[in-house]
Amino acid sequence: MGATDWIEIGRMDDLARLDTPMHRLDARAKIIVTLAFIGVVMSFPPHALSALTPFLFFPLVLIYGARIPMGPIVKKILLAMPFALAVGIFNPFLDRRPVLAIGPVTITGGWMSFTSILVRFLLTAGAALALVACTGMVRLASALGQLGVPRVFVVQLLFLHRYLFVVAQEGRNVLRSVTLRSSGTRSLNLGVYGSLTGNLLLRSMDRATRVYRAMMARGFDGEIRLVHPHQVRWIDGAFIAGWLAFFALGRTWNLAGGLGHWLTGVIP
Amino acid sequence: MSHHIVEVRDLRFAYPDGTEALKGISFRISHGGAVAIVGGNGAGKSTLLQHLNGCLTATSGTVIIGDTPLTPGTIPRARRCVGMVFQDPDDQLFMPTVAGDVAFGPLNAGLPPDMVEQRTASALERVGMTHVRERPPYRLSAGEKRAVAIATVLAMTPDILVMDEPSSNLDPRARRRLIELLLSFEHTRIIATHDLELVLEVCTRVILLDAGIVVADGPARDILGNEPLLLAHGLECPYSLRPARPR
Repeated sequence: MGATDWIEIGRMDDLARLDTPMHRLDARAKIIVTLAFIGVVMSFPPHALSALTPFLFFPLVLIYGARIPMGPIVKKILLAMPFALAVGIFNPFLDRRPVLAIGPVTITGGWMSFTSILVRFLLTAGAALALVACTGMVRLASALGQLGVPRVFVVQLLFLHRYLFVVAQEGRNVLRSVTLRSSGTRSLNLGVYGSLTGNLLLRSMDRATRVYRAMMARGFDGEIRLVHPHQVRWIDGAFIAGWLAFFALGRTWNLAGGLGHWLTGVIP
Repeated sequence: MSHHIVEVRDLRFAYPDGTEALKGISFRISHGGAVAIVGGNGAGKSTLLQHLNGCLTATSGTVIIGDTPLTPGTIPRARRCVGMVFQDPDDQLFMPTVAGDVAFGPLNAGLPPDMVEQRTASALERVGMTHVRERPPYRLSAGEKRAVAIATVLAMTPDILVMDEPSSNLDPRARRRLIELLLSFEHTRIIATHDLELVLEVCTRVILLDAGIVVADGPARDILGNEPLLLAHGLECPYSLRPARPR
């Protein structure tokens, strides 16, 4: 098993090579819709919860439409989860106003906003990961360039992605050599870890330099070119228009609340 | 004028830490030759190769490709002319698929899509790797990676092929395929290697480096058969040229 399998970076590229209607959509259309999605989800007030639920529809449609298995997406969401937890963890202690009572349980504003942060994180991280998995990093980078993102950022993004593999590979080699010579001891002193990290950094930099030279040797000038540049089709426009309309509806009215009200109104 | 000529005149290079890697190297390689650069570890082979397409810039001295001296202005042209196969194919393969990697050079050269596709297909066919074209490079075996790395360079139709340790980490079958491939090229080939048996099969001329200087330059069989010379510079005679010794 290679280092890249270990952290499953390569898995996203594998998924991006599938051929589904979702994969065939123009990368620019998917980027525009995903950015709009993230913007709208983040714009809800801090305690919003039920109004956010219809937005789950977008990442799920991307994931199922592109036939992406849930496993890799969930794993990566869990990997980033501590950051979202760190952002919201103090809210329940800071905001103790009761805002909702379900039977004997009183829910405070802090818990509501903490849950809202987690839901937003799940939605936005899920959508961004689904976007990468059904588009691929090279197509994404090329589309960002076409959308007017400065070339220096696009190239940074592409190199960041490429060097993740490099660092993972080097990290794997260093860890293996430590394990082989640590005689089963699990805890090594801080000094050893310090020099390991330094070593990993230097090795990765050397390797990154060699990769960069190989790219320059084949005429790389900062612009990402694709073998089959995408032609915009009517379906790409429909994809953008349809989702933007849905997001506008979801932002203006609480669709979940409305549906519940309608259902409870009809069924006594 | 021929693009296939490589000339190096009094090339000197020191790394930023002060290590003098090249101390005045000169040679001229003409059209279609296969030349081996041999020498012990740290002799300056890889450093020398990296000067041939402008990856490193000499402290002093000149590299001439065809009839054009290498300067910052002429480097892009030289890179189209000199195809470099790196020592570690993992450094050279960076796109998500093999086909994407092989097409990378032609796309950067601004070729139209149909010609890019044609170059990609023919380079992969040349190295016998058409069946892996849609696979991610990091999932290939060492031999396949090496062949694909060579294809990425062939797709740019270079006049000169420069290879750093092309047979390292290859099993005997993959090495044999590599030798057949090298023999089939009409390009000027410059090969830095420790694999002296490969040199005997592929190269007609050998340049022996030690501590950043050229210590011998001549026909492959003469230099590789000179045991005292090779031993003095950290190498040994290839087995097939060793005089029979009583056991």
